[in-house]
Amino acid sequence: MNSVSPAIEQAYQLLRAEAQQKTEILKEKPVILLGTATCGRAAGAMSVLAAFQDEIAKHQLDVVLRETGCMGHCYAEPLAAIFKKGFPPLYYGSLDEGKARRLVNDYLVNDDPCYEFAMVALEPNDFFPTFDDYPRGIYEKRIILADCGLIDPEDIDHYLARDGYSALAKALTSDPAWLIEEIKTSKLRGRGGAGFPTGIKWEACKNAHGAPKYVICNADEGDPGAFVDRALLESNPHQLLEGLAIAAYAVGAKQCYIYVRSEYPLAIKRLKTALEQSTARGLLGQNVLDSGFNLEIRLFQGSGAFVCGEETALITSIEGHAGIPNHRPPYPATAGLHGKPTVINNVKTLSYIPHIIRNGASWFTSIGTPNSPGTAVFALAGKVVSTGLAEVPMGTSLRHLIYDVGNGIKDDKKFKAVQIGGPSGGCLPESSLDLTIDFDSLQQAGAMMGSGGMVVLDEDDCMVEIARFFLDFTQKESCGKCTFCRLGTKQMLDILTGITEGRGREQDIDLLWDLAEDIKLGSLCGLGKTSPNPVLTTIRYFRPEYEAHIREGRCPALMCKSLISYHIEPDLCSKLCNVCIGSCPVEAIYTRPDMLKGIYPDKCVKCNSCMVACPPQYKAVVKLSPPAPESPVGERGSEVEQANNPDH
Amino acid sequence: MSKLITLIIDDKQVEAKEGERLLWVALDNGIYIPHLCDLRMARRTVASCRLCFVEIEGLPNPVTSCTQTVSEGMVVRTRSPRVDRLLRTGFELLLSNHRLHCAKCAKNKRCELQKIAKERGLKLKLTRLRQLVKEAQIDESPGVFCYDSSKCVLCGRCIWADQEQVKVGAIGFIRRGIGRKVATFEDGLLADSICTQCEACVKICPVGAFYLKEDERKPYKIKKEC
Ligand SMILES: Cc1cc2nc3c(=O)[nH]c(=O)nc-3n(C[C@H](O)[C@H](O)[C@H](O)COP(=O)(O)O)c2cc1C
Ligand code: SF4
Ligand code: SF4
Ligand code: SF4
Ligand code: FES
Repeated sequence: MNSVSPAIEQAYQLLRAEAQQKTEILKEKPVILLGTATCGRAAGAMSVLAAFQDEIAKHQLDVVLRETGCMGHCYAEPLAAIFKKGFPPLYYGSLDEGKARRLVNDYLVNDDPCYEFAMVALEPNDFFPTFDDYPRGIYEKRIILADCGLIDPEDIDHYLARDGYSALAKALTSDPAWLIEEIKTSKLRGRGGAGFPTGIKWEACKNAHGAPKYVICNADEGDPGAFVDRALLESNPHQLLEGLAIAAYAVGAKQCYIYVRSEYPLAIKRLKTALEQSTARGLLGQNVLDSGFNLEIRLFQGSGAFVCGEETALITSIEGHAGIPNHRPPYPATAGLHGKPTVINNVKTLSYIPHIIRNGASWFTSIGTPNSPGTAVFALAGKVVSTGLAEVPMGTSLRHLIYDVGNGIKDDKKFKAVQIGGPSGGCLPESSLDLTIDFDSLQQAGAMMGSGGMVVLDEDDCMVEIARFFLDFTQKESCGKCTFCRLGTKQMLDILTGITEGRGREQDIDLLWDLAEDIKLGSLCGLGKTSPNPVLTTIRYFRPEYEAHIREGRCPALMCKSLISYHIEPDLCSKLCNVCIGSCPVEAIYTRPDMLKGIYPDKCVKCNSCMVACPPQYKAVVKLSPPAPESPVGERGSEVEQANNPDH
Repeated sequence: MSKLITLIIDDKQVEAKEGERLLWVALDNGIYIPHLCDLRMARRTVASCRLCFVEIEGLPNPVTSCTQTVSEGMVVRTRSPRVDRLLRTGFELLLSNHRLHCAKCAKNKRCELQKIAKERGLKLKLTRLRQLVKEAQIDESPGVFCYDSSKCVLCGRCIWADQEQVKVGAIGFIRRGIGRKVATFEDGLLADSICTQCEACVKICPVGAFYLKEDERKPYKIKKEC
């Protein structure tokens, strides 16, 4: 079954040997790898890059400076790894131009590794801790993120030198049926959201009548707050290309598309470079690795609408029409692009493929849980200390993910909920912290793996507002084709907006619940079907919070602007600092004859500036909900006393 | 090619060609299922109105009968608590964005919404939902007919007639989400478009969105109504 074809193997060995030779030479010199993915750039990586270049030129050093992708530690961007002989390889975080210059001067010129800026060592050593010395290292298990940030995504030799494309070589010497069997045995489930078994999808496409067949990589990633796919495209594009090529060979396709949103210019640039380089090396194009297999991969730049990530809409969009979903069945695997059998897989799903083919299905099933093997990649965001990408085995508990990998809640606040899976997902409460994460457990809890967005919420986040926020997104992104989603999300949004603005009615919670259930069942595509999840989970787990808004006009998290008012505590105000007065954009703060400050409620626009401005040693500005009644003009003094009244 | 099969709809045994769409099999056998968007002649079902749900034995959830093909031995229920609930909500959702004023409507007594309400005992008014206020937006530019988008339920039938039946291509859907509407290419007047005023859209519109001027009982001023 596994007929070894020496030609393919030889062709590959040759390529890898060349690449290893080239990268080996690099190791003689000091190497700086600077993360310049979109996240790094947002934190200022490009000016750090310029500073490194400038300083290296000034000293006329022979240093290799390479731009890489995302290392996953977004909280510490800009981030660089420096390799120098005689020293442990180290990550340096939160870089700026000054630190970059010092690293060149002190470390590269003068052999002082500046441990004070170092974050972590990449290899065990006697001087500095590695990831394994932190809880994060214990819980993280990197498969598809492993090389991100450590290879130059625009240099195929980096990927090849680390055995890249060896899985493709192995696949091309194997029977496609064996490949599909291997993926089926690995129980790999699609990472695009729904968790459909990848091997079964491939098999259906392979067995379907019709030619040509297509494989499409879904890199639309329209979910706000998700950026795992972007990071993979920007950091390790060849891993995806290899997976895509294997998929194409397995199902018998000669043409592939990568549907990538046009808002990802850097990803597109790096993908294009990767395509050119792999084609030049004979890893794509005609007669791949002398195997006789031909493969063309095209980039398709999508309009970026969220619904275009839905597979039937995505296909319509590639066909040149507006991206609007269609009824399934037929499923794309039997009738997809141009009515032909088509496999659509997510970027992450395809990125696992080379690893599974290289290491075997049983290696993959040894990680994670029996029904959801492998790892899960999350984009940690919100009120968690260490934001960024985290790859953990399926079955890791939310608690470990948030407290050990994410290092807990910012500013010692209290954890309230975690929103998983973006607009299609749900909010889980503290009682769910010990839930172990996999496709099925999340679904049972009312959330969803979705695109891997994980937003941690604390006591200052209002759950009604969170539900409103996500529904506002889906309502705007609804394509408008079908009744339940087009009008149902609008009705739910209006109700939620009413509640957050103090216009909630007693029957609203039940109405929301009923509408949510009907929209889930009645909508045509996944967007509509999952859009009620944020509403359903917040009602299920945080109903008292809805009730407080409706019955008492009170927002317990003090977040909904219509339901709060700002006050200055006379006991806490220093009387002499005046900072709040300057901070107020609408001159709503006044000084009383006794120098205490007060706020005119009718002028206050609730911008929160005074609260931020009031120095931490006083913390005299407070929010009250329900808002304290407006005091009549001329009696401003009594209102200040009200704020002091413990009854509030 | 297609062989005859037998299935059961609401305890009634019916014969049909295998692979036919369940909605039309039921209707042909005198069993009513509410529906707006599907057309017997159309090649492709759009399944957008979401009113034609039925229960099928062995399937966990109600399915749209316009997308369901029939097969031997299938057992169908056109009514169930879940189906009725979906219809009630779907119908009220459509009404919430439909400028209800039947008495003055050109399609009064010939309207598909009225028919659904009558068949299923639903009220032609909002009981739980808020009216998403819609002002009349009437294009009176064609010679003998008008187009009032505030009556449109977005079933897409007119677009099918225009594009597939008479092959003119004057109208289509524009915008997305709640803003989705039937319009000419540049959202202009029909008379300024390539519209040939063949009236195919008027004949096929199930509600009072495309209507003949002669059917208008009393001319009315453009105003907000519920
Ligand atoms: C509204 C909507 C948006 C979606 N967006 C994406 C997306 O951005 N990326 C993605 O891979 N899958 C997305 N999906 C899921 C796809 O329809 C499809 O299931 C997936 O690409 C299949 O790949 P997988 O089997 O590898 O998960 C979306 C689904 C829906 C309903
Ligand atoms: S569920 Fe929403 S996005 Fe999907 S087809 Fe219906 S209207 Fe469009
Ligand atoms: S009347 Fe005009 S819009 Fe209507 S179907 Fe004919 S050409 Fe199309
Ligand atoms: S105008 Fe009439 S036929 Fe056209 S989409 Fe609206 S309701 Fe349907
Ligand atoms: S007739 Fe079936 S969804 Fe409209």
